[in-house]
Amino acid sequence: MKHLIAKSGDIAEGGRIVRDVAATTVGVFRVAGQLYAYENTCPHQGGPVCQGLLIPRVEEKLNAARGAEGFRFDETDPRLVCPWHGFEFSLTTGCHPGSAEIRLTAFEVTEEGGMVYVGV
Amino acid sequence: MSEFEFSSGDYREPQITIHSDTREILANARRDIDRYKLHDYFIVDADSHHVELDSWSEILEYIEDPVLRRSGKSMAEIWPNAKNLALSNHPPGLTMQDVGGRIPHQAQLAERVESVAGEPRDLTLVRRAMESMGIAMQIVFPQPMLEIGLHPNPDIENQLIWAYNRWFTERILAQEPRVKSMLALPFNSPEGCLKTIREFGEKPGVVGFLITSQRQAPLFKNEYMPVYRELEERGLPFGFHAGPDYSVGKQMNRFLSVHAMSFVTCNMVHLTNWIINGLPERFPKLKTVWIESGLAWLPFMMQRLDHEYLMRQSEAPLLKRLPSEYMQEMFYTSQPMEATNMKLLESTMEAIHAETQLLYASDWPHWDFDVPGKIAGLPFLSETAKRNILGENARRVFRL
Repeated sequence: MKHLIAKSGDIAEGGRIVRDVAATTVGVFRVAGQLYAYENTCPHQGGPVCQGLLIPRVEEKLNAARGAEGFRFDETDPRLVCPWHGFEFSLTTGCHPGSAEIRLTAFEVTEEGGMVYVGV
Repeated sequence: MSEFEFSSGDYREPQITIHSDTREILANARRDIDRYKLHDYFIVDADSHHVELDSWSEILEYIEDPVLRRSGKSMAEIWPNAKNLALSNHPPGLTMQDVGGRIPHQAQLAERVESVAGEPRDLTLVRRAMESMGIAMQIVFPQPMLEIGLHPNPDIENQLIWAYNRWFTERILAQEPRVKSMLALPFNSPEGCLKTIREFGEKPGVVGFLITSQRQAPLFKNEYMPVYRELEERGLPFGFHAGPDYSVGKQMNRFLSVHAMSFVTCNMVHLTNWIINGLPERFPKLKTVWIESGLAWLPFMMQRLDHEYLMRQSEAPLLKRLPSEYMQEMFYTSQPMEATNMKLLESTMEAIHAETQLLYASDWPHWDFDVPGKIAGLPFLSETAKRNILGENARRVFRL
């Protein structure tokens, strides 16, 4: 079922809304102009993943000799981190970077006429 | 008819922070209460924590030695950052537990708490967590004080343990019958251990004693035998509470590595000494509880010690059975329950006789806490096993 969850202006760039919808709770994010919607339940222990920190992926750079040159942020890959235990998910795919089998439940999200809808 | 529904659902906090209410942080755990019918179970949480440093100024008042008490209060008053740390040995690694701010509740629970009849705010926080997870009774421990065995000054260690035990029994345990604790022993002093057991052993809410496992503790020395006998005669269990030791970080460069290893290696040492020196034979009625090392180390220890023992029996002549058989009579808290491989977890639970020996533990509010639903949702456990692990085993061990 399609649910009107918010006005477009309620979700600014880099922002989110987390709201009870039907029998569950949904988080809708707007990052780089794109909307993403996930169930607010972490596949690990059921934590409120959509209420977690949004932070860029951490990458470790190696030099030509395969020596480590330290950590840095990859600003092109936003990660959503469950606040219960730190399970981390790529916001764009919903997958845990260590195992694609561990993934968030995604919902279809659309934006029409200044309104945001999710299919739950 | 409209092609969509207008959602009238509640808005949730967009992001959980250190200021979020415990009941909001644990709102999803509350759903498990209905999902697994947790109110039908008697749930005992055998390992959880409060933040004693929030009450540090009160605890300093309980130091018996007047000179040390004055030094501690002075330190707290005039040093810029010592208000919540004076005299303690707070190790730097502890502040790395929240994964760089990704897990806020590990850093602090800075939520609003209305003062309740002068009670420490921690008591309100404990009640909120219990209510959110459907827990009937909670065994509560401190946090940085669990590193006290690494304090450079054993006299200060003993004074701080005594002060904390007095404060905790008077200000927390005496106020709330659903909160229990195993109090720390000043293990560098066998006489101090006996004094502690005799002073606090019958206080309301005291269900046993423990040593903080991060310490160089030759627990096989003869001086400790009166301590074990005292606990055995009183029917009080003896716990070993694990903790991190960042000194292993001299060989490790990531806190992930330090945490994964040091929470286990400390109890590996004590458990090996306990068994190989025949202490289960010397004190057969003394129950031991191994706390916060998880479960995955146990089948390794069983196989490793059995393997060595069979070839070197002459070095452990007090043993009448295999080390693993003694381990099957010990008790273990469940958290952090490694569950990435269900077959291994099932085998582990079978090996340790989990149905009678395992005690559910949340470890709340730490970053790797486990909700009761993690036990209730295990597909291979019988209904009886779930009921025992979630609370009935603890009821028996701690005589609740």
